[in-house]
Amino acid sequence: MSAAEQQTGARGPTIRERLLQSQEGIVFLLAVVAFLAFSILLPSFLSSGNLLVLVRSVSILGILALGMALVVIARGIDVSMIAVMVVSVSWAFVITRAGYPFELALLIGASFAMLAGIMIGTLIAFGEVPPIFATLAAGSVIYGTGRTFFFTLEMQNVPPDTEWFRLIGQGNVFGIPVTVVAFALLCVVVQLVLRRTRFGWMTYAMGNNPNTARVSGLPTRPMIVAQYASTALIAYVAGLILASSAAAINARLFNSTMIYDILLVVVLGGIGLNGGHGSVRNVILGTVFVGILLNGMTIMNIDYTIQNLVKGVVLLLAIVVDSLVNPRDEQTSQQGDL
Amino acid sequence: MMSGLFTKALLAAVALAASLSVAGAQDKGLENPRSTAFHTSLKDKKVVFVPLSMGFDLTEGWAAQMRKQADRLGYSFDIRDPAWSTDAGTKAIQSLITEKPDLMVIHNPDIQSYARLLKQAQAAGIKIVQINLESNTTTDSYVGADWTEIGRKAAEAIVEKCDAGKGVSTKVAIDTGVPTAASDVFQLDGIYKVLNEHPDIQVVSQQATEYNPEKARSIMSTVLQQHGDLCGAIGIWDNQDTGTASAIKEAGKSDQVFLVTSGGGNQVGCENVKNGLFNLYISYNVPLQGDLLNQEIVRLLLSDGTAGEVQTMYFNPLTMITKNNVNQRNCWTLDELK
Repeated sequence: MSAAEQQTGARGPTIRERLLQSQEGIVFLLAVVAFLAFSILLPSFLSSGNLLVLVRSVSILGILALGMALVVIARGIDVSMIAVMVVSVSWAFVITRAGYPFELALLIGASFAMLAGIMIGTLIAFGEVPPIFATLAAGSVIYGTGRTFFFTLEMQNVPPDTEWFRLIGQGNVFGIPVTVVAFALLCVVVQLVLRRTRFGWMTYAMGNNPNTARVSGLPTRPMIVAQYASTALIAYVAGLILASSAAAINARLFNSTMIYDILLVVVLGGIGLNGGHGSVRNVILGTVFVGILLNGMTIMNIDYTIQNLVKGVVLLLAIVVDSLVNPRDEQTSQQGDL
Repeated sequence: MMSGLFTKALLAAVALAASLSVAGAQDKGLENPRSTAFHTSLKDKKVVFVPLSMGFDLTEGWAAQMRKQADRLGYSFDIRDPAWSTDAGTKAIQSLITEKPDLMVIHNPDIQSYARLLKQAQAAGIKIVQINLESNTTTDSYVGADWTEIGRKAAEAIVEKCDAGKGVSTKVAIDTGVPTAASDVFQLDGIYKVLNEHPDIQVVSQQATEYNPEKARSIMSTVLQQHGDLCGAIGIWDNQDTGTASAIKEAGKSDQVFLVTSGGGNQVGCENVKNGLFNLYISYNVPLQGDLLNQEIVRLLLSDGTAGEVQTMYFNPLTMITKNNVNQRNCWTLDELK
């Protein structure tokens, strides 16, 4: 045994213990098992082409999960992300089709997303509405506003003559889809923000103990507004990539289970819903695990209902493990949290 | 002699006057009592439309045409929009049963959910026209596509391209929407009725997309990884298959994979035929369905029969749109219908 190994052995639990005692570790093991099983059982699962498809198919989910992680770490939750995403992107497309320059329309869409985020943040920070209720209601309001005033049709194709925009979702950089590159870049950015900036440290402090954070003089209210605004902006970016890769966006996603898929990624990855811990690594882990599951089930051509069942059971297990591994106590639980 | 002449002149004058007065009546036309009755007896009638949801090409198209006719003939036309929620739709119909409009136009989310309610409504004296998606209960009228026929036509087109010795392989993928909708169950029946007669065709994937283009895209790209020699694909709805098509295009297999889809024939779908994304687009022609609907509404409103007394149905003709006949006549935009 080398000195370094002795040191780690002396400092904390062994790798095996760490894997089995944290939810992150358990999910990691599950992901490895699923990956190995699919590699052996399914022909061409392991091909580089399929692995790229796998990562790509969950990249958008991953990007949305990054945004969700940001607010969940600060002990919030944002279930209005899909509403913000579909409304701002659809609106940008409608404005373009009405004759405005595409770039200007994209800026307007971004501003709308920001504004929505700021309003939600304000509601939570200054109105002291619990995040789950604030965002649940805000989601309906945003979607309703969009459907009533911005566009009639739910389905919006990418406006014509915007070739460069299609490249975002359909192009490659050195053989890697731009979608995957975008996810990787955003991972780096969010990681840097969380670990290297004051904004990031304060986010963790707020998640760990909001009262202490406030008492110690952190600007918690403006912080909350900033967090929800960032999440809304990330949702907008994810929406653009989604629209670009499918050549269209369907506002009906608001009624789909997508928001639960995002939560699935976040919770599976090991970011506790009671805030204060977790990082980008967890999002990547959750994203990849969901990706492996979905890809494998699609290749096996498993029935839709059973796929949903599997996803539901996995989420339930993750939440149970989460509450066992991160038990609630008087310090962590709070009225109004999740 | 004189008196005889006088009598003759008198008779002539009377005959002339009589003929003049007839000519006068013909100058001003004849009142058509049926026209008057047609226009007056429809006033104060009440028609309500319960769609799956507003906000997509089909329902917006029908509603635009129904509203136009309601304005012309002076009856009232309302929409109760359940926004994709079967539950909200059920409640809407329940409250309509007590409100007693003269006629309801129902768009069924699946073949079961509204079946009993429709019976109740007819028992309460409300006439019912079902549009494009049937329920198990037959009512006064059904107007719309024959989904089995669409499935059959789609499968026949695929067999034409992909049966043994015809295409690059005999592999076919099917993208469904939501497994319980009439459009899915009947269409699949039609598809398999044809495919079963051609045992060489293998269905390598049958996955539900929840009508989400991005999900359709990622399923198709996974399938193309597994089966690089895929010959054909059947999609269940043009709105979702924009995604299916963009996965095929991205994989550079537009010339190899023959994609059949179906929809209401709106301009957006036609654009996709024009730019080669859809190889065959089976249109059920929303403007035509709107006209048929309007005819049925008036027929039932004018008829003295009681609700449910005579049950009729009409499967409207389908238009097979390919690159050769994408034209103004086969494609429509919402603005044209309004």
